[in-house]
Amino acid sequence: MITRIRFTTFFFAPLALCAVFSAPLQAEELVVYTARNEQLIKPLFDAYTKETGVKITFVTDKEGALMQRLKSEGRNTPADMLITVDAGNLWQAAQEGLLKPVKSEVVEKNIPAHLRDPNNQWFGLSVRARTLFYNTQKLKPADLKGYEDLADPKWKGRLCLRTSKKVYNQSLVAMMIAEHGAVKAEQIVRGWVDNLATQPFPDDTKMMEAVAAGQCDVGIANTYYYGRLMEKSPKLPLGIFWANQEGSGVHVNISGAGVTKFAKHEKEAVKLLEWLSSGKAQNLFADVNLEFPANPQIKPDATVAAWGTFKGNSINVVKAGELQVEAVKLMDRAGYK
Amino acid sequence: MDVSTTPIASSSGAGRLSVLRTLGPWRLVALLITLLVLVPISVVLSSLLNPEPEIWNHLVENVLADLAINTLWLIAGVASGTLVLGVSLAWLTAVCQFPGRRLFAWALLLPLAVPAYVTAFVAVGLLDFTGPLQTWWRAEFGLEQFPEIRSRGGVIAVMILAFYPYVYLIARNAFQTQGQRAMEAAQSLGLNRWGGFWRVSLPMARPWIVGGVMLVVMECLADFGTVAVFNYDTFTSGIYKAWYSLFSLPAASQLASLLVIIVFAILLLEQQARARMSYTQIGRGAAQQQRIQLHGWRGWLVTLYASVILLIAFIVPVMQLLLWTMEYALNDLDARYFQFLWHSLLLATLTAVAVGMTALVLAYAGRRHRDLPTRVLIRVSTMGYALPGPVLAVGTFIPIAWFDNLLIDTAQQWFNLEISQLLQGTLITMLLALIVRFQAVGFSSIDGHMQRITTSVDDAARSLGCSGLNLLRRIHLPILSGGIFTGMMLVFVDVMKEMPITLMTRPFGWDTLAVRIFELTSEGEWQRAALPAIAIVIAGLLPTLLLTRHAER
Repeated sequence: MITRIRFTTFFFAPLALCAVFSAPLQAEELVVYTARNEQLIKPLFDAYTKETGVKITFVTDKEGALMQRLKSEGRNTPADMLITVDAGNLWQAAQEGLLKPVKSEVVEKNIPAHLRDPNNQWFGLSVRARTLFYNTQKLKPADLKGYEDLADPKWKGRLCLRTSKKVYNQSLVAMMIAEHGAVKAEQIVRGWVDNLATQPFPDDTKMMEAVAAGQCDVGIANTYYYGRLMEKSPKLPLGIFWANQEGSGVHVNISGAGVTKFAKHEKEAVKLLEWLSSGKAQNLFADVNLEFPANPQIKPDATVAAWGTFKGNSINVVKAGELQVEAVKLMDRAGYK
Repeated sequence: MDVSTTPIASSSGAGRLSVLRTLGPWRLVALLITLLVLVPISVVLSSLLNPEPEIWNHLVENVLADLAINTLWLIAGVASGTLVLGVSLAWLTAVCQFPGRRLFAWALLLPLAVPAYVTAFVAVGLLDFTGPLQTWWRAEFGLEQFPEIRSRGGVIAVMILAFYPYVYLIARNAFQTQGQRAMEAAQSLGLNRWGGFWRVSLPMARPWIVGGVMLVVMECLADFGTVAVFNYDTFTSGIYKAWYSLFSLPAASQLASLLVIIVFAILLLEQQARARMSYTQIGRGAAQQQRIQLHGWRGWLVTLYASVILLIAFIVPVMQLLLWTMEYALNDLDARYFQFLWHSLLLATLTAVAVGMTALVLAYAGRRHRDLPTRVLIRVSTMGYALPGPVLAVGTFIPIAWFDNLLIDTAQQWFNLEISQLLQGTLITMLLALIVRFQAVGFSSIDGHMQRITTSVDDAARSLGCSGLNLLRRIHLPILSGGIFTGMMLVFVDVMKEMPITLMTRPFGWDTLAVRIFELTSEGEWQRAALPAIAIVIAGLLPTLLLTRHAER
């Protein structure tokens, strides 16, 4: 008899436990799906809740998974807002009909036109600059020009790159396609591949460490990784160089947000978007990750400001989305892993 | 289905439903479990109906050949490496006696608790150009060429170190419980110990060893985190490329379908080969076994071998994690970590129990019904392990969201009720997805043990009026307890490390330790991720220790 009871417990206990622990979510006020990670986004939501009393529930995941989630949930989705990094992802979300156009004078005033969707489906909230970083013991700023120049044979065995699988590089190449056309862009990427000192790195930080250690002379990375790395080890012989200042400017991308097509709390979501695009929130959004505020009236963090001012490329970031697939194929053809 | 092979089942259900009579209750339950697994897999396979010629042309022309070659190398290298390492260590600790054997017996399992992507990151961090070893070498001796760690050899080595415990654990279990009489018989036929090992012990342990290596192969095929650290492009990288970069989930699913089909073919072949043999046990196991004494330098050599493996597979990565935690992550430690830990433990425990139950049913059904359809059914139910986690996560999420939407719409249309999602974001959903994912892990361990119980035991029990559930409970369960326990613990540790399914199906705010690792590593903050990583290792130690205590008994 005892064995029987035990056996039954063994079979049914997990089910019972499940029932206890699986009270489904009761969405309160606002629900956000975010590919911008918890440590970067939670301080903002906390501040918003404190200021307005509106509670924000959120879940983090990769962009692809979040978009698929929105798609599968369809019009029953609990999500009111989608936050992701990179314009390519936001563009894709808009393409798939996951976002809805938002009419807000506040946001339009705060965010420059080239950092938001022409159809107002998504808006950049912070700017990320992808530029050159060089070993200060080996190079002087005068040796450098920009992205295209790194394809020159004089850089043979002196270039380090991050993997082409990262969307940041895909966007960079997409912008080069927009600027120079696919044929020239492919030549440039092939030149980069020929110049590599070692195979591509999995992340920007590792890549910059290799530049600093002298494995190569120069590489391409996002500025906030530089900020973080230098905060940790200030003595690294690593310099920042603003690329293409005589041409079209540094490649910028965004981290941004849009209101979901089937948002249950559209008005509140737009309010959150407006709040995010202005004042203190812009600083909170950008500074926590050493990025640049998207709103030009807001000053960046002191560490970031110390890198000096630069001319950013003013092509609308929507191009990065439109041309991303082409960029990926191009990099595959060029053998950029 | 072949009715003639199920005389007992069909005679017992005279008045019941005809389906039940034809299938037999065990096969029916097995069928239900298989259906559960089949739902997400068919979602993935259904992508084959929507060809994406443009993306396929691109992939075939530019990347697929490379991916296939890389994947084959990886599988071949890691499978043979874990085979050699796992079997040799298992044999030495199970059957021989050398200094420190008792310690190594359990300590060699510890790498199981370290996620492979963590081992990878630590290895690259230490051995790359910028790492301490090469930096020191350059400072002392000027520029020297080191072998590149971020290479095919590097990724294979790291994966061997991370995955050998699967083979070790399962093979050790087999060696330990092998009948002493078989070895005695071998010796009486003039075989020495080596001959006994090669010609008796090893062949007798084959189903377990093959099962363990199959787990490793499937783990390699599904892995993304580890190969990403090395920027080593495998089939899985192609799947990610299609989905995240080319924005085509159908193309990604099609690639994944190929993977499923290949793995399924391998599994079936393996099982066909195995089905012709019988591995039942004669006589009692470990208790009477006498260990082979390795004296003098031989013994110490083995000690050295085991120490080196333990050092590089576990001690060094864990030390590095501890250092990083002290240096960068101590500020992150707050009360929330208890919650993360609790969630991880709860999820891992529930999944382990659920997989234990379902795998037991499957193994028993496979024992009762030896026809081909049942065998295929059972094999299908273990396919989830070979699918990359995110693909399986999507495969699970789509039908669940569909079902939820159906419920919501029905409630609205017919009853004018506003309800929210019932299944999404519940533990049940997570649990279902994780059962599908880790069924193979539980099954291979339990089935290995099930195969060793002679059918004469069943016959004897039945002649005494003990059959069906009773037979399973009173006769098989006690003998199987070791295998069930091993399987459940493996699942437990695997769930602790699992990322994509947990991410996609978790309830709002329901974060686990693995989710923390994701949050930090996806922004490149590997050093800060050391804290949740070390917490996973510590939490994984407990079952690992239990496992060995159980194995020692």
